[in-house]
Amino acid sequence: MTPHMLTRSLDRGATIFLLVVATIGVLIPLSNLLLPSGSFLHVPTYLVALWGKYVCYAILALSIDLIWGYCGILSLGHGAFFALGGYAMGMYLMRQIGTRGVYGNPILPDFMVFLNYPKLPWYWHGFDMFWFAALMVIVVPGLLAFCFGWLAFRSRVTGVYLSIITQAMTYALLLGFFRNDFGFGGNNGLTDFKDILGFNVQADGTRATLFLLSCLALIIGFLICRAIVSSKLGKVLIAIRDAESRTRFLGYRVESYKLFVFTVSACMAGVAGALYVPQVGIINPSEFAPGNSIEAVIWVAVGGRGTLVGAALGAVVVNYAKTFFTSGVLAPYWLFMLGALFILVTLLLPKGIVGTFNSWWEPMRAKRVSGAAESAAAENGVSEPKMAE
Amino acid sequence: MLANLPARLRTLALSLFLIAFALPAAAGPFEDAVAKFANDDFSDTDAAIGVVASSGNPLAYPIISALKDGRLMADADSKKVYVTGTDGKSVDAATGEAVASVPASASAVRLNNRLRRSVDAALGGLTLLSPDVGTRIQAAQSVFKSHEESALPVVDNALAKETNRSAKTALSEARAAILLYKPDASEVDKLEAVATIKGRGDQEAMALLTGIGSDQPASVKAGAASAIASIQSSLAVWSGVQNAWYGLSLGSVLLLAAIGLAITFGVMGVINMAHGEMVMIGAYTTFVVQEVIRTRYPGLFDYSLLIAVPLAFLVAGAIGVLIERSIIRFLYGRPLETLLATWGLSLVLQQAVRTMFGPTNREVGNPSWMSGAFELGQITITYNRLWILVFTLAVFAILLAMLRYTALGLEMRAVTQNRRMAASMGIATSRVDALTFGLGSGIAGIAGVALSQIDNVSPNLGQSYIIDSFMVVVFGGVGNLWGTLVGAFTLGIANKFLEPVAGAVLGKIAILVLIILFIQKRPRGLFALKGRAVEA
Repeated sequence: MTPHMLTRSLDRGATIFLLVVATIGVLIPLSNLLLPSGSFLHVPTYLVALWGKYVCYAILALSIDLIWGYCGILSLGHGAFFALGGYAMGMYLMRQIGTRGVYGNPILPDFMVFLNYPKLPWYWHGFDMFWFAALMVIVVPGLLAFCFGWLAFRSRVTGVYLSIITQAMTYALLLGFFRNDFGFGGNNGLTDFKDILGFNVQADGTRATLFLLSCLALIIGFLICRAIVSSKLGKVLIAIRDAESRTRFLGYRVESYKLFVFTVSACMAGVAGALYVPQVGIINPSEFAPGNSIEAVIWVAVGGRGTLVGAALGAVVVNYAKTFFTSGVLAPYWLFMLGALFILVTLLLPKGIVGTFNSWWEPMRAKRVSGAAESAAAENGVSEPKMAE
Repeated sequence: MLANLPARLRTLALSLFLIAFALPAAAGPFEDAVAKFANDDFSDTDAAIGVVASSGNPLAYPIISALKDGRLMADADSKKVYVTGTDGKSVDAATGEAVASVPASASAVRLNNRLRRSVDAALGGLTLLSPDVGTRIQAAQSVFKSHEESALPVVDNALAKETNRSAKTALSEARAAILLYKPDASEVDKLEAVATIKGRGDQEAMALLTGIGSDQPASVKAGAASAIASIQSSLAVWSGVQNAWYGLSLGSVLLLAAIGLAITFGVMGVINMAHGEMVMIGAYTTFVVQEVIRTRYPGLFDYSLLIAVPLAFLVAGAIGVLIERSIIRFLYGRPLETLLATWGLSLVLQQAVRTMFGPTNREVGNPSWMSGAFELGQITITYNRLWILVFTLAVFAILLAMLRYTALGLEMRAVTQNRRMAASMGIATSRVDALTFGLGSGIAGIAGVALSQIDNVSPNLGQSYIIDSFMVVVFGGVGNLWGTLVGAFTLGIANKFLEPVAGAVLGKIAILVLIILFIQKRPRGLFALKGRAVEA
């Protein structure tokens, strides 16, 4: 990825978005750590953790938008990749507890002692090292997505069929992780974390750093997505979204493109989950619930499918609304609102917030630009050739 | 129980009296035995139980059952024993005369585990002569399990008198069990006993045969071993049959839930995520119907389901048409958006029902003709499961006939095969769509009526079936009801056969994984529509 590619791929909206994320990423931790708690501008620690959660959701939304908005793959199982990344991080955090657990076993996490595990299951080995866990955060979801996608795309499972089997995948994982003998803490999941890389996960400084890192991950993820969708590869992806058969007949190996973008997206979701777990302090099987994955899709739909900025924005807006409404007297009506959001956005706002804004803003800007261009063209005597449909 | 005690005593006395060898209610031994209860000595109590049980005295049953429940009071000073009824009235155990009150010095006769066994055996022996066939069979079963040697004379005696066939079988099995465990029984008797027990062929028979001691004659041991082997193989067959039955039952539930989905998906290419909520609405309709019947017309309770079926169809169908007209019709050609919108709708419907009926489970009763069970060989078949299977097949047949022979069915098939050509031939496709959606939802509604009989009626009822229903539709193939039928029963049976091997959850996971792999081979399901129509 050359710097040239990056600059080329940034339009004004993207630049504003990156600046906003970077500013928030720096200002919120600073305000939390430096300002006195009585100050008007002080951000309390719980808000830092809450916004950290939103940022992780934004990364997840970005990963869904990459495949749904640009390649037409509607995955109803992306929560599974998110949760797998989260579990990989959770396993590392569990191993860091060491002898401070209730049972004081230096190797086995509490739930294993409780469930009479004789020794550590083989798949828990290596998770005491951060680098290994960090690798697994990307590798495990990526590998699952690769295998699943390889099977699905090769046999041309598309559209709603794909959506349904991705849902079945996350449902199967949900059932599996609920089992005690699966070795991931069963119903209770992994929790009661102490340290991450030697820093206390509860400390203000750690939370602020995690928030900063999440914002950084959002920026990097955004840049990666941006680079993908604005490259030639991205053009092929859009072609697949709009006319899959035609693209195949033009000689492109559709399934390879889909597989690539699906795997990248799953890795991103895994990273989002890994950043989410230390900030929330728990990971349990309910993260695999099919409902969660579908909810993440609606964030993208609200923000604007096929606009990366919109996906991130939608995640934050919907989750902010969720926090706002579920904590007040309106709590019983939240599901009505969420349901109505699903229906109204698909019916009335199919392009989402950002898409609608763009389609309103673009003609105005085009008029301004073309006004300038016309005078320039009149001087040069050439006119812009019109793009064929 | 106590209200009918005198009547029971009389019949008991009569039946005991009719037995040829029954002892006349002699004053001496019976009263002596009863007095022994007051000694507060376990071996005396044991002896007393034996004598009382075989005395034929009408008081034997109340005394021993009182002993079992700790209601037999003994006064060590006066050597008097009293039976205290559950209503607090007491009688003298030896004479049966009512007494005003039990002396304060009396205490309940104590039992230990060995005595409890003899009490059970004695009670079993006493009820062996009950006039009620069911009680007799039950008593024979309990003797079979306890195989207490002391019960042998009573069993022999009851056997001689027995006329009912199944009671006779149960008694002879009980006799065989006793003989098998009786140390001084002849080898011939024991071999015969093994054969009788083998004929019974269930888990208990096997436990009994496995439990014989090593001091048995060699021929008996060999006979028992071969009997165990044959019971084992027959049990394996029966457990296969049982799994198949459970599978059929699960399959019928899946079919009922999926059939409406298959229609809407087949005809309109629409994934209706709110389908499960239509099932739930059907179940709640049943609840409302039953509530009305309970409060207004209690006599109609047995007909509540017959009333609920058409009502649920209408309610869910009307809601379905409403949904189609207000939401789905604007989303044709955008299946993924339809999926999201209907998911949102399912959230709204769930929350609406939660607000109206509360989040907890609502009680829906089984009418009398749906409760209970019957035995078929070694398996138990409950009536509600059986009726649901019959009902599902009936719905399936009606639907099939409707698609085949009615104008709407013809139009629906035409739209499924080629929407644009159907429209060119003058079929009002949007009307067909609305009716199809209504029909699919209505069938989901009647599925809800059936499911209310076997599942909890809660706002989450539909959610638990939706993924399974999708799996059935995807597995069976779209646009073909037979595919849905085969898919549902295949998944149901496969699930139930995997369950004992892998456990319920792992079995389910295995099924999901198998379906995901199956889709690789046949992306359009088991029975795919052939031709160009498929490629949307």
